[in-house]
Amino acid sequence: MSARIQDDQRDTDLADAPLDAALRRVWDTPRGVWGALATVDHKVIGRRYIATAFVFLAFGGVLALLMRWQLARPESRVLTPDLYNQIFTVHGTSMMFLFAVPVMEAMAVYLVPLMVGTRNIAFPRLNAFSYWMYLVGGILLWGAFLVDMGPDIGWFAYVPLAGPQYGAGKRVDIWAQMITFTEISALAVAVEIVVTVLKQRAPGMSLDRIPLFVWAMLVTSFIIIMAMPAVMVASTALILDRLVGTHFFNPAEGGDVLLWQHLFWFFGHPEVYIIFLPAVGMISSILPTFVRRPIFGYLPLVLAMVSVGILSFGLWVHHMFTTGLPRLGESFFTASSMAIALPSGIQIFCWLATIWYGRPVYRTPFLFILAFFFTFIMGGMTGVMVASVPLDTQLHDSYFVVAHFHYVLVGGAVFPLLGGVYYWFPKFTGRMMSERVGKWVAGLLFAAFNFTFFPMHVLGLLGMPRRVYTYQLDMGWGGLNLFVSLSAVVLAAGFLLFFYDAVRSARHGEPAGDNPWGAATLEWATASPPPSYNFARLPVVRSANPLWEDDGVLPVAGGLRVDRRELLVTTVGGALPEARESSPRPTIWPLWSALATTALLLGSILTPWAVVWGAVPVTIALIGWFWPGGRKEEES
Amino acid sequence: MRTRPLPSLALLLLCGGCAGWQSALDPQGPSAQALGQLLHGFVLVLAAIWLAVLVVLAVALRRRSRATPQAADRHAGIAVGTACVATVLVITGLTLASYVTTRVISAGAEAPLVVRVRALQWWWEVTYPGEAGPDVVTANEIRIPAGRPVRIELSAADVIHSFWVPNLAGKQDLIPGRDNVLTLTARRPGQYRGQCAEFCGMQHAHMAFMVIAEPPEAFAAWRAAQQADSAAPAGAEEAFGRQVFEQKPCGACHTVRGTEARGTNGPDLTHLASRATLAAGMLPMTRGALAAWIADPQTIKPGNNMPMVPLTPAELQAVSAWLATLR
Repeated sequence: MSARIQDDQRDTDLADAPLDAALRRVWDTPRGVWGALATVDHKVIGRRYIATAFVFLAFGGVLALLMRWQLARPESRVLTPDLYNQIFTVHGTSMMFLFAVPVMEAMAVYLVPLMVGTRNIAFPRLNAFSYWMYLVGGILLWGAFLVDMGPDIGWFAYVPLAGPQYGAGKRVDIWAQMITFTEISALAVAVEIVVTVLKQRAPGMSLDRIPLFVWAMLVTSFIIIMAMPAVMVASTALILDRLVGTHFFNPAEGGDVLLWQHLFWFFGHPEVYIIFLPAVGMISSILPTFVRRPIFGYLPLVLAMVSVGILSFGLWVHHMFTTGLPRLGESFFTASSMAIALPSGIQIFCWLATIWYGRPVYRTPFLFILAFFFTFIMGGMTGVMVASVPLDTQLHDSYFVVAHFHYVLVGGAVFPLLGGVYYWFPKFTGRMMSERVGKWVAGLLFAAFNFTFFPMHVLGLLGMPRRVYTYQLDMGWGGLNLFVSLSAVVLAAGFLLFFYDAVRSARHGEPAGDNPWGAATLEWATASPPPSYNFARLPVVRSANPLWEDDGVLPVAGGLRVDRRELLVTTVGGALPEARESSPRPTIWPLWSALATTALLLGSILTPWAVVWGAVPVTIALIGWFWPGGRKEEES
Repeated sequence: MRTRPLPSLALLLLCGGCAGWQSALDPQGPSAQALGQLLHGFVLVLAAIWLAVLVVLAVALRRRSRATPQAADRHAGIAVGTACVATVLVITGLTLASYVTTRVISAGAEAPLVVRVRALQWWWEVTYPGEAGPDVVTANEIRIPAGRPVRIELSAADVIHSFWVPNLAGKQDLIPGRDNVLTLTARRPGQYRGQCAEFCGMQHAHMAFMVIAEPPEAFAAWRAAQQADSAAPAGAEEAFGRQVFEQKPCGACHTVRGTEARGTNGPDLTHLASRATLAAGMLPMTRGALAAWIADPQTIKPGNNMPMVPLTPAELQAVSAWLATLR
């Protein structure tokens, strides 16, 4: 055992134990506060991201309970209308921008580098920066809400209600800047994932051997990169209207209020698939493990995801069917909205075929997939209904739509996500979640969800509009609303049980081992939780289910240096080794950059000059970020 | 109100006699009727598909496959392909059904009677352009002749609102800077409630209106009565009430034709007491409700644009007495 690591020493020169020690020396995040703030380890950041997103889920859930308390009885005065309007806005904004999108990206930040067999995500410092930006954006929204400055205009903030004339005070500005924070972080993560997937896959992981969750995240990331700029343009134009008196959305001065809706939904509809496609990927990755056979229809599933990604940009107008658009345009968007049923159908059919020819094992993640089938397909069916222009004129902006999108988002994304948490929790923590509690959680959430949201379809058809803080006694909506509110309490109890199980299991769960489920993909080829460097020797992939072939013994590739952080760059198509690439060490500059950007963005709520003076600290932080420090990583 | 038998099982089971004076499940006009039929068609087809998928899932979970991997892949390929073809056929059918319904709804949009509806935070201004005589301006209540199509011209004064009378037709947004049109037909006389469906601020929940369909003769009589100026005060208390109304700031926002009050920010009150409700559907039109509303509009409907005007008890009594006579 050589005590000193030589310059330019390679992993092939070392036995397993000294290799582990050498890799730990360069890859471990230093302990202490500095290490916690400076880390660029995708696993540490991913765990933080996931935990933070679930905290926002819990906060948003509390708001939902408050709304249900208010709506349980007609003419109730539990909440004032002003507070109710803030609550539903912060609930929607929080769930969409601070939970659903970030949690999916967070799962990818943790899992994608492991699933493609690399040592860290691409652009690790950008990854750290994106987490800090996300955290600050969330604190901004919730801090404002706690001091009665929460936005009160709905999560899609239609102008002119959100414009300078009707949205008085700073509430709307806070909403719009929160968008900027979360968009920056989402775009950053999307770029990291695209590059990680395209250039850092393990040798041999050609395009047809990429795990389906990774494919889903690749498509999702491209959707993010193309959709998010639309909402950044929209929210920036809104801020300009409010702050410096431009008239983008003011019809009296030649602006147009519908322009906002077009820009927002050009982002907002793909947003639905930004949330749903990762869930498709999770199901496609989890399902084979629990039916003990490879997925049926790998290629159709990939093509379906890609076509969903493309079609998702042709649907935005179906949020605007009642605005009085030309008939021809409405017909086109009806047809395109209907057309997306085909790729969605292909996904369902391929999963059914996989189960049909498999041998199901009823563990908790699989139960969540069954809950997904029941719930999401119903949401898909009501989706076909709202895609029809004439039908939508009765359903739009009513409680029917509230029911529909909760079926799609909770049934289609949250159930698979919870299944995914139960599935990957042993990888995250090294311990299993409780199977017994997990079955209760799955059953409780499934039943309570349907009892809570199914009656809302009926309420909508009975004429109840969404976003009303109360309703009159003689509307006859009281009974169903009370039932919904009581079910919501049970639903909350289900989530509480889930949080309890997760927190308890993280400390006291059964030790998991490397591959507790007997799964096929690379994240299970390393320890649980994985060491800081992920893989001591990079795996070589020879099929789409590497751990199910060759008795689970993977060939490995060598030749990376062990005296600095280094990873392997491979070709886009065939994943042939191309180059060794260095990967940055922990640094505090992403945090400073995030704080400087925060100062700029928050200041710009108050004065346009903040953009000018705020640019100075941002520039300093970025110079610090990129200043050469003479480390070995910077030699290449 | 009469309940029509609905063919769609799922909905019927779940909500019993789903009638209601603001319900898409109880169509009372040709437009809502066509939409109701489309709704039932969609629900039947889609519920059948949903059930079929779940049945396949249940069978898939119970059976034990003995097929070789090659045979399994071949059979699954055929099954998935067939299901895709079926999906295409079904969604094509539903799309065509939607187009046909749109044509049915928009056919025969010739409507001789025009009503202009302007939405404001949080009430509806309703104008009948005068044929012979002055325009009739009222609020939160749309009277129409039963059995005749009416052209509703929609505009918004401040933010986006949405006009929805589910028993009669689908909704249509009212958007600042744009003009939208909706044709409304009520088959038979009756009262149909409508409500703003696009979130429009603090009191979005309290922005309702009534559509009252009457026999054509009754409608003509109503319209003629509305063209008249307000009635002269009947007694001393009413006369005092009118005096108070004119002296206090009420007239800055409200019009009462035949008096000094000519404001246009608030609803026209010339024939206030002829309407069914007060404050956009919140209160019944009674003298007591009028007094309560005038005494403290911000407690009843927080955030609305009517200020509290300080009045003595006697003044309050008189004003509400006078307003209650404005039939």
